[in-house]
Formats: sequence, structure tokens, C-alpha cells
Amino acid sequence: MLLEIEDVSLLYGRIQALHGISLTVAEGEIVALIGANGAGKSTTMRAISGIRPIATGSIRFEGEDISKLRADLRVRRGLCQAPEGRGIFPGMSVLENLDMGAYTRRDRAGIAEDLARVLDLFPRLAERRKQAGGTLSGGEQQMLAVGRALMSRPKLLLLDEPSMGLAPMLIQQIFDIIKEINEQGTTVLLVEQNAQQALARAHRAYVLETGKIVKTGTGAELLHDPAVKEAYLGVA
Amino acid sequence: MTTVLERVRSGREAAGERWRGAPRWVRWALLVAVIAFFYALPNREFYQYLGPIPTPGANFTQVLFTVSIYVLLAVGLNIVVGFAGLLDLGYFGFFAVGAYTVAVLTSPSSNLKTLWPWLLVVPLAIGLTMLSGVMLGTPTLRLRGDYLAIVTLGFAEMIRIAAVSSEFLKGQRGFNQIPHPPGKYADGKPFFGVLDARPYYWLVLTLIILVVIGVRNLTHSRVGRAWISIREDEDAAQLMGVPTFKFKLWAFASGAAIAGLAGALFAGKQNFVNSQNFELLNSIIILAAVIFGGSGNIVGAIVGGGLVAYMIERFRGIELFGVELYEYRFLIFGLVLVVMMIFRPEGLIPNRRRAAEFKDRRKEVIVGE
Ligand SMILES: Nc1ncnc2c1ncn2[C@@H]1O[C@H](COP(=O)(O)OP(=O)(O)OP(=O)(O)O)[C@@H](O)[C@H]1O
Ligand SMILES: [Mg+2]
Repeated sequence: MLLEIEDVSLLYGRIQALHGISLTVAEGEIVALIGANGAGKSTTMRAISGIRPIATGSIRFEGEDISKLRADLRVRRGLCQAPEGRGIFPGMSVLENLDMGAYTRRDRAGIAEDLARVLDLFPRLAERRKQAGGTLSGGEQQMLAVGRALMSRPKLLLLDEPSMGLAPMLIQQIFDIIKEINEQGTTVLLVEQNAQQALARAHRAYVLETGKIVKTGTGAELLHDPAVKEAYLGVA
Repeated sequence: MTTVLERVRSGREAAGERWRGAPRWVRWALLVAVIAFFYALPNREFYQYLGPIPTPGANFTQVLFTVSIYVLLAVGLNIVVGFAGLLDLGYFGFFAVGAYTVAVLTSPSSNLKTLWPWLLVVPLAIGLTMLSGVMLGTPTLRLRGDYLAIVTLGFAEMIRIAAVSSEFLKGQRGFNQIPHPPGKYADGKPFFGVLDARPYYWLVLTLIILVVIGVRNLTHSRVGRAWISIREDEDAAQLMGVPTFKFKLWAFASGAAIAGLAGALFAGKQNFVNSQNFELLNSIIILAAVIFGGSGNIVGAIVGGGLVAYMIERFRGIELFGVELYEYRFLIFGLVLVVMMIFRPEGLIPNRRRAAEFKDRRKEVIVGE
């Protein structure tokens, strides 16, 4: 297993946001995490990337316990997150933002290669390479956040709502790109409100409710699960 | 009103464009001319032709020394506030640590009676201020929010109160006969002394140039990128693999070290250090100067620090409607700051990025190489 989370709880002060969740991601998979607002999806991502310390449980990456490891060292191991709300550096240009994605790397040739690949995946970013990140449109920032995370050449890419605020056409496009990235060899853990799209493309998925995992299965299974349909797919 | 402002703004942008577009040799020639001007400035033979620039109410060379110390401090604080985006409200505390380290170890009034030479103590003073920066930063820089501002504010006050009331630091009576740096003229007279401030000014000017070169190199390296990313979005920086705590501590400690150096220079020049030199107001003035000049931009910090320190001295001896302007210097300074924050919050000569951070989406911004 690439990522194994076991019985993880997380507290914000006295508020407990995660109650002993366990999930796994195998190499090569797209795993989706779906759930209502405030269910704890972003919190799970923060726990994995190390932005927030966990209270109990363990997080293992490539078989090693990383629960206590600092966030920046997790990036060095091959875990990279495109955060919710994008987290673009507003004063840096598109290229500089992408360059920050490769901060932990020193192989110039490899970085140039990945830059070409990202600009290829997102031609829109190539057009606007010198524009300041803060002046990009919401959708463009979203692409930049995904592209920037890719620049670290992660083994596991964590995407927190990459389709948030995008026009329907772009949503389609970003999901296609995620699929493409995955086919090129990157494992993806995907948090989505857009359950329909996420489940259609995910190998496996978990449903999170108030800080607990309540259901798991393959993407197709959950897509046809009546309870999931009713709660998250807007089908009665 | 806005159109005038817009025109001023675009005029300045055009000037910036022309500067960046100018051939290399033109930029170098201009730079050399500016530096030469400032080396020549403290000579009476030169400044007597400069019309209203020399200060009427104070010895101009002494004023220049004070201004140069402020510039050095502004360059140092700019690393902390401008590059790493850390709010340090007690920067003058580090200046005090530098000055007192020199005083305690060199002055005959000190209880220690070590009487070490000035030059030997300078590295110690820098080291000690850096250490105090690390000690202050280690617990606070891990936390987000306003802790650092509060802790630094407390630190500066603590140093000041210790200076006022501790027997060891001599309070008002202070330390006298602090030695000068070494160096003699051909005729055997010492180069550095109390009467002629010029050698000290030249020394500080030279150090400013060296520090600026160092800081420039840093900001163009991975360290600089890390600082900027932390300032712009600390969480995102960490998610990109930047060890944020380490770099914040570095920025904070290097800023402190520069203040320590400034303090050591000040102690040598004044020949005397007592508790009156380290009022809280000074910390605020330097911070305001950095923001005024354009935080995040080295040139902005230099201009801000220089202009603020110079204007305050320039008010001396000027009367307007029967009041001495100097008495109202802080009122005027405060008004200028308020006006500035309304019309140009990014400072006089902002960092291009910083300007983009402020403008955000008001306008299309190109951040070029
Ligand atoms: N910094 C914080 N301090 C206190 N509580 C927090 C904090 N961040 C999140 N929470 C709480 O933790 C719970 C889970 O939040 P989280 O952001 O993980 O939800 P989410 O599933 O990502 O929701 P959404 O779909 O709206 O993004 C929520 O109840 C939220 O209010
Ligand atoms: Mg969320």
C-alpha cells in the first residue's frame, strides 16, 4: 500500500473533526473521498499532508510511519497537496508558482521536463505564464494549483476539490486531466463535492460523514448505491 | 484627484520600465554616480553647494551618520518584515543588545573591566544579537498570528527597562569612553573619533553596501524564494516542501544580526551608551520607515529609512507660524503615513510582487523576469 491511514483522530482545539478514520490508497489508484460540507474531507487531507497534527492513530506512507513527520519533509517523500481554496502565491507569476512546486527538487532536466508536461496539460497556463498568480481567474488558479502540485513529481497527489468554482466544461476537462495524470503513473487521492464525476473516474471511494468513514467500495459500486445516490448525487 | 494619482502612478511605472529597460552600462554608471554622491556628501566643500539639503539646525555630518544607521536598520528590518512577512515591533531591542554588548565589554565604566578593543567585540555583539533573535524566535515563530509582534514588543521593552533600572547596565549614567575602531591617519591622528563623524559615516555606508549585496544575493536564491512564499501564503509554502519554521527563524535572526551590527557602530561612534537611547518609539519609526519606503524592496527600505531619519532631523531649526517644526515632527510623520496608507499602501518604491499582492485583481499585472 502506498498510503495507509489507521484510526486517525484530529482535534481543532476542543472540536473533534475526525473520529478514528482508516483508509488506504494503493499505487496507481484514483481514490475519491466524498462527503457533505463539514464532513472532514479537507481535514483528512490536512492530516495526510501534515499541516495539522493528528491526535491518535497512524499514517503510513510506503510502509513508513509519517504521523510525526513535518509537512515539508512529507513533500520530499513524494506526497503533495493542491490545497482547498487553491493557495496560489498571488505575487508570483504563473511560472514562479510552478517553480515553487519543484522547490524540493534539484534535477534541472527533470524539472524542465515536468514544466513542459504541465504547460502541455494546461495550455491556458502557458498563455499566461508571466501573469501574477493573484490576477488569474478562479478556474485558472485551480489549474495552477494542480499543475504546481504536479511539479513536485509526487508519488501521491492530494487534490482537495479541484473542480470547485469551475464552469461545467472546465469541470469535465479537469477530471479528464486527473485521469490522464493518473494514467501517466501518479496515484491520486481526490476530495470532491462533485461526487458523480469523482465516482465515475475513481477506482475506489470512501464516504465520510461527520468525521467517520461510513461507506467504502469501488467507484462504480458507490455510484449505484441507493443511499449514496440519495445523499450525494441528488437523485431521489 | 484619482486621475492625477493615476498619472503619477503610471509616470512612476514608466520610470521603472525605463530603468529596467536601460542598457547595463547606464544602470551601472547611475549606480556608481549615486554611491559616489553619498561618499562625497559629508564634506563641507561639497554639501555647501547643495542648497536646502544640509540641515540648518544640526551638524550635517552628524545627521548623516544618524541617517546611515537608520538606513542600515531599515535594510535589516526589511528582511524580517518585507521578505519573510514577520511583524517585528521590537527591532530596536536588538540594536540595544548590540550597543550594550559593546559597552559592557569595552567601557572602563563597566563592572566587568574587560576593556576589550572595539573590533574584537563587534563579532561578539553580532553573535549575541543573533542568539537573542534565535531564542526569541524559536518558541514564537512556530505559532501563527500576532504572537511574534507581541513577544518582540515585550522584548524591546524588557531590554529598555533592564537598561534603565539594572545596576549592571548603569541606567541613565551609562557607559562612557567606549573605544573607537582602529585606524590612523598618516600623521598618527586616529581616524575614528567623536568630533569628526565622517569616517563613521563612510564605514556605515560601506557596510550598508556590503549588506545590500549580501541580501540581494540571498533574495535571488532559494532562500529568497522561500521567504517570499512564506510571506504570500505560509500553508501553501509548507505544502510545497518549504521548511517554513527554519526560514522564518533565519530571516528573524539575520535581521537581528544587522541590528546588532548597527548597535555596535552606534556605541563606538557615540563613545557613550545609556538607557535613553532605546525608546520604543525608535522601533516604531523604523518599522514605519520600511513600510513607507516599500516593504519587500531593498531600494524602498533604503529610501524609506533614509528619508524618514533625514526629515526628522531636517525639521530642526525650521519655524512655521512661530512654532518649531521639530516639536511636531511625529505628528507630521504620522499624517504622512496615514495619507500614504490611503493612497499608496504598498509604499513609495514597492516590490513589484508586493504591489501585485496589494493590487490582486484590480488590474492585470505582469510579473516578469
Ligand atoms: N481551523 C479550524 N478550527 C476549528 N474547526 C475547524 C477548523 N477547520 C475545520 N474545522 C471544522 O472541522 C469540520 C470539518 O471541516 P473540513 O474543512 O474538513 O470539512 P470538509 O469536509 O472539507 O467540508 P467542505 O466540503 O465544506 O470543504 C467542520 O465542522 C469545520 O467547522
Ligand atoms: Mg473542504
